[in-house]
Amino acid sequence: MSSQSPHPQRLLMKGTEAIAEAAIRAGCRSFFGYPITPQNEIPEYMSKRLPQIGGAFVQAESEVAAVNMIYGAGGAGVRVMTSSSSPGVALMAEGFSYLVGAEVPVVIVNVMRGGPGLGGIGPSQSDYFMMTRGFGHGDQRAIVLAPSTLQEAVDLMGLAFDLADKYRNPTLLVGDGLIGQMMEPVTFPEARTELPEKSWATTGKPASRERNVINSLDLSPEGLERHVAKLFDKYARMEREEPRFERFQLDDNPPVCLCAYGTMARIAKSAVQQLRAEGIRVGLLRPITLWPFPTSAFLEQAETTERFICVELSCGQMVEDVRRALAGRRPVDFWGRTGGVVPSVEEIADEVRRLCG
Amino acid sequence: MSEQTQAQIQTQTQTQEKVVFERTRVLTPKHTHYCPGCTHGIAHRLVAEVIDELGIQEKTIGVCPVGCSVLAYDYFDLDMQEAAHGRAPAVATGIRRVLPPDRYVFTYQGDGDLASIGMAEIVHAANRGEKLTVVFINNGIYGMTGGQMAPTTLPGMKTTTSPYGRKPEECGHPIRVSELLNTLVAPRFIARGALSSVKEIVRAKRLIRQAFELQHTGFTFVELLSTCPTGWGLPPDKAMRWLEHNMMPFFKTGVLRGPDAMPEAAMPYAPDLTVGDAKSTNGKEA
Amino acid sequence: MNRVAIDQDRCKACRLCIGACRFELLALGKDLNAKGYHPVEVLDASKCVACAQCATLCPEGAIAVYRGVK
Repeated sequence: MSSQSPHPQRLLMKGTEAIAEAAIRAGCRSFFGYPITPQNEIPEYMSKRLPQIGGAFVQAESEVAAVNMIYGAGGAGVRVMTSSSSPGVALMAEGFSYLVGAEVPVVIVNVMRGGPGLGGIGPSQSDYFMMTRGFGHGDQRAIVLAPSTLQEAVDLMGLAFDLADKYRNPTLLVGDGLIGQMMEPVTFPEARTELPEKSWATTGKPASRERNVINSLDLSPEGLERHVAKLFDKYARMEREEPRFERFQLDDNPPVCLCAYGTMARIAKSAVQQLRAEGIRVGLLRPITLWPFPTSAFLEQAETTERFICVELSCGQMVEDVRRALAGRRPVDFWGRTGGVVPSVEEIADEVRRLCG
Repeated sequence: MSEQTQAQIQTQTQTQEKVVFERTRVLTPKHTHYCPGCTHGIAHRLVAEVIDELGIQEKTIGVCPVGCSVLAYDYFDLDMQEAAHGRAPAVATGIRRVLPPDRYVFTYQGDGDLASIGMAEIVHAANRGEKLTVVFINNGIYGMTGGQMAPTTLPGMKTTTSPYGRKPEECGHPIRVSELLNTLVAPRFIARGALSSVKEIVRAKRLIRQAFELQHTGFTFVELLSTCPTGWGLPPDKAMRWLEHNMMPFFKTGVLRGPDAMPEAAMPYAPDLTVGDAKSTNGKEA
Repeated sequence: MNRVAIDQDRCKACRLCIGACRFELLALGKDLNAKGYHPVEVLDASKCVACAQCATLCPEGAIAVYRGVK
């Protein structure tokens, strides 16, 4: 399959296109989506590449339709994805809930932009709550992956499809305009040739098996409770097995720990390096899975680190999870910019100096 | 189950008889939840019989709607998907585009589902020429939620949300979905039948069969005028007469578009994408 | 002789088959089924011509029709 790809393994690529190519390498051969800035290069890339390799690309009439198209395709057993940006992703909330309820594995990429409302198109992390708090109606959860480099975005796209299949649950991957629009060298993995069998998929019922039904309706309260309990068993397993995080400059147990994810973590890393050069001992704890949140990593860090400073491209969303994880053991401060404003390294460093001065 | 055993015993004792009519095996043995006399049961049976007669049970995937027929996945012995309200054509698009082309994909939708909340999905699936068969049940009312006004409710018709009768000056006139879709280029088959008498039911089955037979050439659509005895407040047989008397004059039955009856609207448009003498790269390989 | 087999458990007594039979061979029975309906019974099978109009109208798929061969 890698021979089908016109690209060498290592490339300088734009984030959105790298995400699209990574999905193809992960065995995704179908994409359904609707244009919205700043992620249009994903559908554009897919519309060019998928027909070349016998895949399916459909520009849907809306995000509402797109999420239901991936429901149909995912239910038919193939690896499928869509991508959108905050207001468009919000329109997928209904379909997302059905995907969880009917246990259809798909991947949805949210290249976040500033809100509320139509907001702006600048880099933002304003959808943390929407993504991590059970996106859509009903009792539900989904794994949320947050890359902070393009290489990580490429790696996590492959993981996103694997996790979706492992749990029969949709996986979310969140970036922002910066991750989406910047260019970096990336190394792609070998294209997948073997994908998991899906005996539950609706492919047409041969006489040899019972019919398969993709469905989230259960009108019996006891039946629905059993189903939701089963889903929560999966979520519990995700919470045990899937938290991912990065510890940066934390091995010497500095008194101060920055907390950031995605684009903001890149800037925070530079701030850590600058502050350390000045002799201020600080590190960074970066969640890679926003849900399940790496709670135990924070608890462990809290044994030695005295204070936590959460920095975000929002007015404070992940900070609630940091505070919840630490449960009052250590003080947690927050600093953020929003509306598409991306702070400089110096701004973050200043904030640390001010708080720790 | 009891029917099967009974039938087996009967065939043993009376080998000298020919089957004129038996329940198709494409329907599961499950009893339906429909009200007495509801034509959903007839429509289900016709679709199942067509699938049976065409020998495509193993290749067919159905998509059910939200509405009274939300549980249709329990009644068809087929691989099925349950869609969100109005989204069945989008779900079916996803299925159609990723499965081998020899598969048959159909949606089964009511008028609230298809003509109200799902209007965008049906129009665009039709416009893309998705190779589907859409079975559209038009009974002019929301059955499952308790008889509210639908986009297809007749002028003056009383429902639980039009207690003084549908007022066209406030709510518009009923939407003729088949005619609306017939303005698009892509669809290959659009027809309307009625489930109001033996004669009409036999005709309707022929339309469903034509739609499935033409499905691999493009988008196919069969509207079935149906009754809702409970929602209309009429006994089943009177509901059928009411349908013929009140619905059929406005919702004309017949083939609106078929291989032999392509209207002007079905003619493809293929501009050369140039401007005057200037050669545009639009539409050409860049 | 022709035969009409009515699944008594499935029947919801909607009467559509009764109206469809031009020989008036069908009627609601006296017994109640599990659903609480009086399922339809065949009054006189000897007059049945096996036209299957009753089965064509039955929304429940509860009717099977057989033609006697002799």
